[in-house]
Amino acid sequence: MEKYVQMEGVGMVFNSRRGAFVALKDVNLTIRKGEFVSVIGHSGCGKSTVLNLIAGLLMPTEGVMLCAGREIAGPGPERAVVFQNHSLLPWLTCSENVHLAVERVFGGKESKAQLAERTRAALALVGLTHAELKYPAEISGGMKQRVGIARALAMEPKVLLLDEPFGALDALTRANLQDELMKIVAATGSTVVMVTHDVDEAVLLSDRIVMMTNGPAATVGDILEVDLPRPRERLALAEDPHYNHLRSEVLKFLYERHAHPLAA
Amino acid sequence: MSNVVALKKIEAEPGQAQPARISRPVAAQPEETGYRRTVAPEWLVTGLQRGIPMLVGVALFIAAWAILAQQSQSLPGPLKTWESAKQVFAQPFYVNGPNDQGIGWNILNSLQRVGIGFGLAALVGIPLGFVLGRFRILGDMAAPVISILRPVSPLAWLPIGLLVFKAANPAAIWVIFISSIWPMVLNTAAGVQRIPQDYLNVARVLNLSEWKVFTKILFPAVLPHVLTGVRLAIGVAWLVIVAAEMLTGGVGLGFWVWDEWNNLNVEHIIIAIFVVGIIGLALEQSLLLIARRIRTE
Ligand SMILES: Nc1ncnc2c1ncn2[C@@H]1O[C@H](COP(=O)(O)OP(=O)(O)OP(=O)(O)O)[C@@H](O)[C@H]1O
Ligand SMILES: [Mg+2]
Repeated sequence: MEKYVQMEGVGMVFNSRRGAFVALKDVNLTIRKGEFVSVIGHSGCGKSTVLNLIAGLLMPTEGVMLCAGREIAGPGPERAVVFQNHSLLPWLTCSENVHLAVERVFGGKESKAQLAERTRAALALVGLTHAELKYPAEISGGMKQRVGIARALAMEPKVLLLDEPFGALDALTRANLQDELMKIVAATGSTVVMVTHDVDEAVLLSDRIVMMTNGPAATVGDILEVDLPRPRERLALAEDPHYNHLRSEVLKFLYERHAHPLAA
Repeated sequence: MSNVVALKKIEAEPGQAQPARISRPVAAQPEETGYRRTVAPEWLVTGLQRGIPMLVGVALFIAAWAILAQQSQSLPGPLKTWESAKQVFAQPFYVNGPNDQGIGWNILNSLQRVGIGFGLAALVGIPLGFVLGRFRILGDMAAPVISILRPVSPLAWLPIGLLVFKAANPAAIWVIFISSIWPMVLNTAAGVQRIPQDYLNVARVLNLSEWKVFTKILFPAVLPHVLTGVRLAIGVAWLVIVAAEMLTGGVGLGFWVWDEWNNLNVEHIIIAIFVVGIIGLALEQSLLLIARRIRTE
């Protein structure tokens, strides 16, 4: 498989009011095409920073970032982001929020009817056809997150970047959306980078789990291959010894080798 | 009270089960008869809860005014003012030469000056606010100038206006313009700067054109701030117009006050004060209404 996203010796220093803050140091990570990679770590270690670097929303202060062999010079619609806090525009309906993205990506090439069809299909994919005309303030947190996912998926991105997409949801909704996401990714073969702090979520969804050390100057601590066959069934996996072994590997990393500074 | 409302509802729907009203108490069997015991609507309850203290406050104010007026010889009391007001408003649009016109003309002339001055200020101020908010260098460049000009008393601008325009009316409009522009510039700029980074990140990921960024993100996000600025500005403009007209003359509420002072017609001055206050309140409330309408959309 070919290398798709590459981070080589990437460092990120924020200039805050109290001086320079080294968030990331010497991060090396290669993501293959079609791979599902999770980034896991304690709160504040720099997971979102890694994701924003790949998205091009942040520029590294050190090192090289490549996507499809080219330097990442800024954000672009081929790397769609589902933001940690959904980031829907409150003055647009769900459908308009998705349409804004569709229009931008396919506007020059397709007819109005085709664009509308793409918008409809994206909302249908996340089961929100009935909420098309509602405003973000009128729908639940889980629905907002689904619109955010629909917006990203509708762009048919080469890389899908998810920042704790299910973090704010109840367990039931989360499980449903995880299954949904697995199906969508299996169908589209997208490359996915997902930030999470949920161990089960990481093991269930990923091909590899990138475990980050605690900041400041956080970096990749370890990478775990999740060689569970697909399609994966959450109920069957709960009994699976290998699944549980992988799960405990991540837990060991997080709570023994790199326990949260507050917990230590 | 709720009974009253319930009865009203019955009357409003005469076709429905009319006899039930006689045979059964309304609340006893709501489902069967199709009656719902209507609770007084919320607006009525809160309206009364707030309206009664308001009325009491106004009554107390008028009482205090009456007592004060009794003690002094020169200050007319509420009754005397009311009688005078009836006369003033009986013929609002008479014209007796350029310096003696009805209250209606005075109000309309003042409103027109405010409208023009404020309208021009909005045309210049709101786009300027967008530019200063969006481009940091320009904002930093403008900051010291604005900080110096903003606290200047509006009337200090009048001589400049007279000098440049060589006429009273444009000078008054100029004063309105310059004193009402700052709230709009500053609020718009602050609104642009305070747009959540999330929204701008969406724009960046989608790589939206500057025009799309403006119409889909900047403008809707900043609109509430703009409206706040507009509301403050119109308050300032209305505050300033009376003073400006006192100095420039012509037809208008400010000049009317000055003229009646020269005639020692204190009732009319008091009427003018109420008229200015009520119109100011109406302007502010209508803008609040617009702002609320837009926010809930
Ligand atoms: N713009 C910024 N300026 C200064 N410091 C920043 C900035 N963005 C992030 N940081 C710092 O960088 C570190 C990593 O932040 P980041 O948001 O990537 O954490 P995270 O792992 O996503 O946390 P969480 O799980 O809580 O979302 C934090 O210590 C944060 O304070
Ligand atoms: Mg984060």
